[in-house]
Amino acid sequence: MKGSEIFLESLKREGVEVMFGYPGGQVLPIFDSLYDSDIKFILTRHEQGAAHAADGYARATGKVGVCLATSGPGATNLVTGIANAYMDSIPMVAITGQVKSFLIGNDAFQEADVTGITRPITKHNYLVKDVKDLARIIREAFYIASTGRPGPVLIDIPSDIQLMDAEFIWPKNVEIRSYNPTLFGHPGQIKKAAKLIAAAKKPIIYAGGGVITSGAHKELKMLAEKINAPLTWTLMGIGAFPATHELSLGMLGMHGTAYANHAIMESDLIIAVGARFDDRVTGRLDAFAPYAKIIHIDVDPSSISKNVNVHIPIVGDAKNILIELLRDIKKVPNTCDWLKTVEGWKKKYPLVYKNDGALKPQYIIEQIYEVTEGDAIITTEVGQNQMWAAQWYKYTAPRTFISSGGLGTMGFGLPAAMGVKIGCPDKTVFDIAGDGSIQMNIQELMTCVANKINVKIAILNNGYLGMVRQWQELFYKRRYSQVDITSPDFVKLAESYGCVGIRVTKKEEVRPALEKAIATDNTVMIDFKVEPEENVFPMVPAGQAINQFIGGLA
Amino acid sequence: MRHTISVLVENKFGVLARIAGLFSARGYNIASLAVSETLDPAISYMTIVVEAKDAKILEQIKKQLNKLIDVITITDFTKKEHVDRELVLARVKYSSKDKSKLENVFKKYVGKIIQHKADVAIIEAVGEGVQIKSLLDELSKFEIQELVRTGKLAISN
Repeated sequence: MKGSEIFLESLKREGVEVMFGYPGGQVLPIFDSLYDSDIKFILTRHEQGAAHAADGYARATGKVGVCLATSGPGATNLVTGIANAYMDSIPMVAITGQVKSFLIGNDAFQEADVTGITRPITKHNYLVKDVKDLARIIREAFYIASTGRPGPVLIDIPSDIQLMDAEFIWPKNVEIRSYNPTLFGHPGQIKKAAKLIAAAKKPIIYAGGGVITSGAHKELKMLAEKINAPLTWTLMGIGAFPATHELSLGMLGMHGTAYANHAIMESDLIIAVGARFDDRVTGRLDAFAPYAKIIHIDVDPSSISKNVNVHIPIVGDAKNILIELLRDIKKVPNTCDWLKTVEGWKKKYPLVYKNDGALKPQYIIEQIYEVTEGDAIITTEVGQNQMWAAQWYKYTAPRTFISSGGLGTMGFGLPAAMGVKIGCPDKTVFDIAGDGSIQMNIQELMTCVANKINVKIAILNNGYLGMVRQWQELFYKRRYSQVDITSPDFVKLAESYGCVGIRVTKKEEVRPALEKAIATDNTVMIDFKVEPEENVFPMVPAGQAINQFIGGLA
Repeated sequence: MRHTISVLVENKFGVLARIAGLFSARGYNIASLAVSETLDPAISYMTIVVEAKDAKILEQIKKQLNKLIDVITITDFTKKEHVDRELVLARVKYSSKDKSKLENVFKKYVGKIIQHKADVAIIEAVGEGVQIKSLLDELSKFEIQELVRTGKLAISN
C-alpha cells in the first residue's frame, strides 16, 4: 500500500467520517487517494476555517476532529486553529504535508518547520520519517488527542513518504510507555472530599469544560441535587448543568452573574470539577474566595494548585470521580440558610439590561432562545457577542455552546458552526457574531453554500469592535482608538455568496427574521443593527476581586 | 533557588527542543542541562538544574515536564540522596615557573593537566558544585583563556 493509502485506511480504522481541509503541492498523493475514498471531505476557503471547523465538529460530537493542509503556508494557516483547540483541550488531529524528506532543512519551496512551530500548541506532534511508522503514528495521534486531557496532535507527512510503499499493519493496541493518563481518582482523597462536603455550610460547585469532555453532566447534576449546593460554571462549562435548574447560578468571573461571584466569594467550600481557576474566573487571586476550602477534580495534574492552593486535589476523569464521590457521601450538609442567602443575591443583583425600544443585542439572544426553544447549538465569535451569548441564552445540555474560551479567537464562530452542522445535521446551528469577528473568516460562507451546510448567522452589528470599545470607554477615557470598524452591506454580501441576507433595524423585526431564517433551507445571515454603545455588564475590571463590579445593578 | 532534577526521555528527534521550549514558553529558567544516551539507547538521561523561586514553581515545572509525551520519569533530587559531579575543561596560559603552582592546585582537587604546549596548558577537573567553585577561584590567579563546563550530572544512590 502507498503511504497515502495507508493514511486514509488508518483514518477509516479510527472511524473518521469527515475531514476539513485544503489541497496543495505536498499533499497531492493524499488527495489523489482521497479521490477513491468514502471519507467526506469539506473543502474550506482558508486553512484556518478547516481547523476551526474540525474543532467545532469535535466540540459538538465529542469525536476527534480532523483537518488537513499542505506544507508551508497551508500549515501555518492552521496554526491559530490548532492553538485554539489546545487552549480549550479539544481532541483534534491536524495533518500537514511536508516537503520531501531529503529536502527538509533546505528552505525548499513552501517549506516551514511545522513540528517546530506547533510544538508549544499541540499536545504532541510527529514528523513521519519512515512510511512503516505511519499507521502506528496515526493510531497514537488519535489516542493521545482523545484521552486524558484532550488536545490537538499534528502529523507532518513529507510528500515522498506519501508515495512510498509499505505493508499496512494496524497496531492492535497503543503502547506509549511514557503516557498513562490517570482515570480513577485516589479513593482516600475522594473519601476526604466526601467528609469535607458533609461538614460544609456554604458549599458551591464550580464546573468547567472538563465536565463536558468527560461526559459527567448527569453525575454533576446528581451531586448538586444530593448535597443541595448552588452551581456556577465557566465559559467552557456552559451546558454542563441546566441553566433552568433552581440551583444554577449561571456563569462566574469577569462577566459572570453578580450572584455567582458573590456566592463563590462567600462560600466555605468550592468543589471545582474540570475547571482550572483561570484569571478571567478568579479575578485578583489573593482576594479570591477567602473563606473557602477547595476540592479540585481534574484530569490534568498540572492544573491543580497552579493558580490557587487546593486542599483536596483529586486527579482523574471527572465522571469516574463523581460516581465514586456520590457513593462516598453518606452525610449531606444542611444548606438551607446558604441557599436563602444565595437566593437573596439573585433577587438583589439580577442579570439585567435596559430593555427599552432600542434594538438590544441581549434581546436578540433571548429571542434566539425563544424561537429555537433552547434546542439550537450556538457558536460564537469573540468579544461582546460571545459574552451576551453566554449570558442570555439558557443552555440546558452539554455541547450546545461552542465558543473559543482560552485563546479567544475572533473568526472562530462561522467555521466552527460549519463543523457543528456537519456533526449534528438535525440541529439548528446559530453563529452569534459581531461585525468585526465575522469579517475574519467571512470566506467560509462559500464553504457553507457549496456544501449546503445550512447555518444561521446572527451579526450583532454595532459598527464597533465592541469589547475593545467598551474597555476604551471604561478604562481609557472614551479615547476610541481604531475601533470604528466598517463593514460591507452584509445582505448583499450574503446574496453574492448565494445565501440569504436579512437586515433588522427594529425590535419588532427580530422574531420574524429569526423565524424566516430557521424556515429557510439555506445559510442565512441576519444583520442586526444594534445599539452601538451597549456594554456587557456586569463587569469586573481586570485585576479586581470578583465581587467588585462596575455597571449593571451589582 | 536552584534545584537539580533528572528527566528520562525517549531518545527521539526533537525531544531536547520540547524540553527547552517548555522552559522558555512558561518562563522557567535552566541553569544547566546535560544530556546523553543511557544504557538503553532508546532512552536519554537529562540532568537539569532549574531556577525556581518557590516550591510551587518547582512543582509546576515537574508537572509540566511530565505532561510531555516523550518524558518517561522525573526525579527531583532536592530531598533525595544523590551524587553529583561536574567536569570543567580550561585552557590556561602559563610559563614554566607557574607549572609547579598549577600542579599544586591539583593536589587539592580531582583534576590534572592533560596537555601542554609551549605556554598553554589544558586542564580538567571533576567535582561537586562547591569544589568546582573553589577550584575556579584558585584558577583565577592564572590567565584562563577559555573555560567550559558540562553542567551538573546527578545520579541517585
